[in-house]
Amino acid sequence: MSHVRGFGRFWWDFVVGDDWRLAAGGLVALAAAGLVANTSIPAWWVAPSIVIVTLVASLGHATPVDRRDPHG
Amino acid sequence: MHTVVLAAAAFLACAVEMVEALTIVLAVGVTRGWRSVRLGVLAALATLALVVAVLGPALTVLPLNTLRVVVGFLLLALGLQWVRKAILRTAGYIPLHDEQKIFDREVADASAATSVAHGHFDWYAFTLSFKGVFLEGLEVAFIVVTFGAAHDDFSLMIGAATAALVVVVAIGALVHRPLSRVPENSMKFGVGIMLTTFGTFWGSEGVGVSWPGADAAILVLLVLYTSVAFALVRWLQRRGSDRLDTIGQAT
Repeated sequence: MSHVRGFGRFWWDFVVGDDWRLAAGGLVALAAAGLVANTSIPAWWVAPSIVIVTLVASLGHATPVDRRDPHG
Repeated sequence: MHTVVLAAAAFLACAVEMVEALTIVLAVGVTRGWRSVRLGVLAALATLALVVAVLGPALTVLPLNTLRVVVGFLLLALGLQWVRKAILRTAGYIPLHDEQKIFDREVADASAATSVAHGHFDWYAFTLSFKGVFLEGLEVAFIVVTFGAAHDDFSLMIGAATAALVVVVAIGALVHRPLSRVPENSMKFGVGIMLTTFGTFWGSEGVGVSWPGADAAILVLLVLYTSVAFALVRWLQRRGSDRLDTIGQAT
């Protein structure tokens, strides 16, 4: 049982890592690109835009202004 | 061009992870002796080769578009994590990776652990070196497998990863010290951007997106993500110094 839990834990850390928003954003980016690709609108811009918004959101969440390492 | 960028990403990812593994292996080897450490490293490399050998062909069984979506999503998730961490390190929000500090900590831990009589097998050294190489190598194995499957060329990716392994091990054997001068943060930054680029490209193709310029879109994505990442570093640095200025004026 502990091996199963360890295996699950590994995949969770691997895919989700420090911030679940990144994996969720990646999923939403591809799903939204797929939806737009099924219409007549060009869809190449969808995933990159969502990926960038996701990264900005994750960084914004990780860096409340007083968290900067004074020695960094 | 596409192939060169892929091979470079596999090479850099392997190099950066192997530098981290080398630090652990050197610390344990220097402190506890090399016999059990060598066996631990060989066992980990054999297990990683098995992972690649099993997972690689298994992935290629998937229909091409499904494979691209799965691989694209996993690369996006992994790439974004690496880019996020690299941006936070470069902007000064979390400390830079310091191999010398990690080496010193590992040496202290290995010295404090129970020693074994001369000639006996050292399970502590074996386990630590196995774990270090296996865990650091898993991400590389994953990158080799996914790039190989999506690009339908395993030999090139295995070649790039093996070349990086040989270079890092050779340097490690020569200097017998942690490779603290390797610009790990910059390398992780670059690899993270490459993983995010390929994840976006393949994942979008898998869900039915047509890229203008076909493969040339990879370079455009690479430039776009690199520019955004550097802009984010500057934004976070400015945000941090604005905050410090505000505190300075208030006190």
